[in-house]
Amino acid sequence: MLIIGEKLSIIAKRVREAMMKKDKGPIQDIATSQWKAEAGMIDANIGPAEDGGGELMQWMVTTIQEVVPLPLCLDTTNYNAIEAGLKVHNNQWGRPLINSTSNDPERFAMLELAAKYNAQIIGLTVGKGGLPADAEERAAIAAEIMARAAEYGVPLEDLYLDPLVLQIATSQDHALKVIKAIKMFQELNDPPMKTVVGLSNVSNGCPKQLRPILNNYFLSLLIYEGLTAAIADPHEITPTVKTIDVILGKTLYAHSYLEM
Amino acid sequence: MLFAKEEVETAFAPPKDTYSGKVYSVNIGTASGEVTFGGENILPFHTFEGVAPNRPLIAFEIQDVPPTDWPENVQKPYKDVSNDPVSWAKFCQDTLKARAIALRLIGTHPDRENRSPEDAAKTVRDVLSAISIPLIILGSNHAEKDASVLIAAAEAAKDRNCIIGKAQEANYKTIAAAAMANKHKLIAMSELDINLSKQLNILITQMGFDKERLITDPMCSALGYGLEYTYSVMERIRLAALTQNDITMQPPMLGDIGMYVWKVKEAQASEADLPQWGSLEERGIAWEAVTATALIIAGVELLIMRHPKAVEAVEKVIEELV
Repeated sequence: MLIIGEKLSIIAKRVREAMMKKDKGPIQDIATSQWKAEAGMIDANIGPAEDGGGELMQWMVTTIQEVVPLPLCLDTTNYNAIEAGLKVHNNQWGRPLINSTSNDPERFAMLELAAKYNAQIIGLTVGKGGLPADAEERAAIAAEIMARAAEYGVPLEDLYLDPLVLQIATSQDHALKVIKAIKMFQELNDPPMKTVVGLSNVSNGCPKQLRPILNNYFLSLLIYEGLTAAIADPHEITPTVKTIDVILGKTLYAHSYLEM
Repeated sequence: MLFAKEEVETAFAPPKDTYSGKVYSVNIGTASGEVTFGGENILPFHTFEGVAPNRPLIAFEIQDVPPTDWPENVQKPYKDVSNDPVSWAKFCQDTLKARAIALRLIGTHPDRENRSPEDAAKTVRDVLSAISIPLIILGSNHAEKDASVLIAAAEAAKDRNCIIGKAQEANYKTIAAAAMANKHKLIAMSELDINLSKQLNILITQMGFDKERLITDPMCSALGYGLEYTYSVMERIRLAALTQNDITMQPPMLGDIGMYVWKVKEAQASEADLPQWGSLEERGIAWEAVTATALIIAGVELLIMRHPKAVEAVEKVIEELV
């Protein structure tokens, strides 16, 4: 399973300050640390970035890829910032992932960028009308996003469907609906559609000591249903990913399997 | 009839698998004697699915002391030379056209002649100065003694790009360090357990030993004496290497079969006792050849064998399969 390192987010104070001061040090440290912890892609979340978003995203992409040989997940609602990031992204390390489009007409343009720059893209299964009620509604929205992707010329294998993980503390019933959606999404196409979650949202608002527990157990159920990728903290989840690979017979067991 | 004949013939396309992993290719020896084995990205002899640049390598087994413990029929081909490891090695190279030699330092075993590491080192030096083909240097399979014997042997063979073995769980640190310091390849042996085999390879590489200089010995057995266990472990190691791209399982594998085959009843029971089993000499040769053939089908890239006629038979099988 692909781990997309989540730690370079404007929500974190240290990252936000480094972004404002254009201080490469902390950004590169965090990127390197996630790469060493076996992230296969790094998320660069610059928020809505209404002023100077393009320049900020370009700075993030080049700063990260100066030290880490990985593709990036470009995370902002700002269309211009995504395009600016795609222009400087070093595809030698893999193709970038746009985070994200959805069934909201305002976000369709992201598909245009994916097609134009040969990028992969996350399709968040929400529309303009608020949150999906259950797995079936998520799958229905997913089908619409898939149709839209085809219309814009984005191959379905470049689309990662995201069922939108909600907080367990406030929307407990959605945890199971998200697991079910991961299973349903795959059935929408042959070969199965790729799937992704923003994992740590499940434990958002929970006490600090509970968060890794919730994240890891939730993740193991999602992987069992076939999850392709998770935006998460690689330090926190890598042991779970490796252990599930062993349990599912994808990796041969040895006492030191966690060290490999 | 369900289909017309032509329909069946045209509809069939042999299924082909593709593999994500590849076995490391390992070269041993120096200069004109250098030999390479491994390197394939397919299951054994599935050349319709990928490439196997090197054929399996068979090394002739010799030892540092006369082979009085071998059955007479396998002593016989070497009777004029086996009193001296140097003339034995030369005979294998020059007369039998061996592509490699495996020198087992069985005389160093404390329950045998208990030869010293210095004696072993001298034998290694003498044999190496007499041959140009690659040498595999094996201890007596006494974990403690092997540690000191193989350090001395590895130093004596420095820069000759030999294979040293066998490193086991109990002694791998010393032996791997000696192989590393003297630029040799290393056999990692575990006892018929795929998970322990992977674990030992991990532990050795965690010492800084290059994984591409390893050879995995999952341990052997003779036909009729648990060969199916060896076969299954080897097959699963190869599948992990190729289908799961498991880098810890990608070194070539060794089948050290002579020592197992030539002690089983079928290779030793006399015609007087068991006339229905036929010629003892042919039986022993066939037992070794069949065991070896089974293991090349399971995936070994390196074999250590004893009887020249058995080697000849296996080479012929390989020739037909490559």
